[in-house]
Amino acid sequence: MLHTINKSPFQSDSFTSCLRFIQPGDPILLIEDGVYAAAPGKYAQTLKEVQAKNPVFALAGDLAARGITNLVDGVQTVDYEGFVELVEQHQVNSWL
Amino acid sequence: MEDAKKIMHIVRKAPHGTIYAYEGLEMVLIMASYDQDISMAFIGDGIYNLVKDQDTTDIQIKGFMKTLGVLEDYDVEKLYVDAESMEERGIREGDFFVPVEVLTSTEIGKLMTEQDVIVPQ
Repeated sequence: MLHTINKSPFQSDSFTSCLRFIQPGDPILLIEDGVYAAAPGKYAQTLKEVQAKNPVFALAGDLAARGITNLVDGVQTVDYEGFVELVEQHQVNSWL
Repeated sequence: MEDAKKIMHIVRKAPHGTIYAYEGLEMVLIMASYDQDISMAFIGDGIYNLVKDQDTTDIQIKGFMKTLGVLEDYDVEKLYVDAESMEERGIREGDFFVPVEVLTSTEIGKLMTEQDVIVPQ
């Protein structure tokens, strides 16, 4: 199951809730304001730890639009094509 | 019911501040009328939807306690509530006006993976 998060972790509990319910192996894709979780800050350590069990992706266009160039270690960027591939491979659970 | 899909609605917003919970409940009822295997998971502020003694008279909103109360008649009987969200908000099972199943986040997470479709609200 692919978990998408589109809210900043500072604004919404989407990020922290998702992490409580996610199963090992499930990928996380940060999109829109969700990409702020991949920037250095309060949630960086959490995001690092999550990656022991769950791969984390962030949408390149959304990172670029927000000037986020310094990513938390391990976070992989995907373009729209990569986004579509992830959606093809998994059922989607959107944390709005 | 061979073609019935397992559909889980995830309710994460409090009842009256936004239209999400109202519209979401409409969607649940519509899907239920097509004989689908519907469940609802109440997480975070979503659990406030189930708290009894809601009186929406003064805010001039219809309220949906009655609607939630008859979900059973639509064969929507699987109402799961996240234990940690209850704990955080000081809410106990006796505070709800409908029968629910209180589960851990791990248990609800597993149920999510068993669904054909997840509908976020």
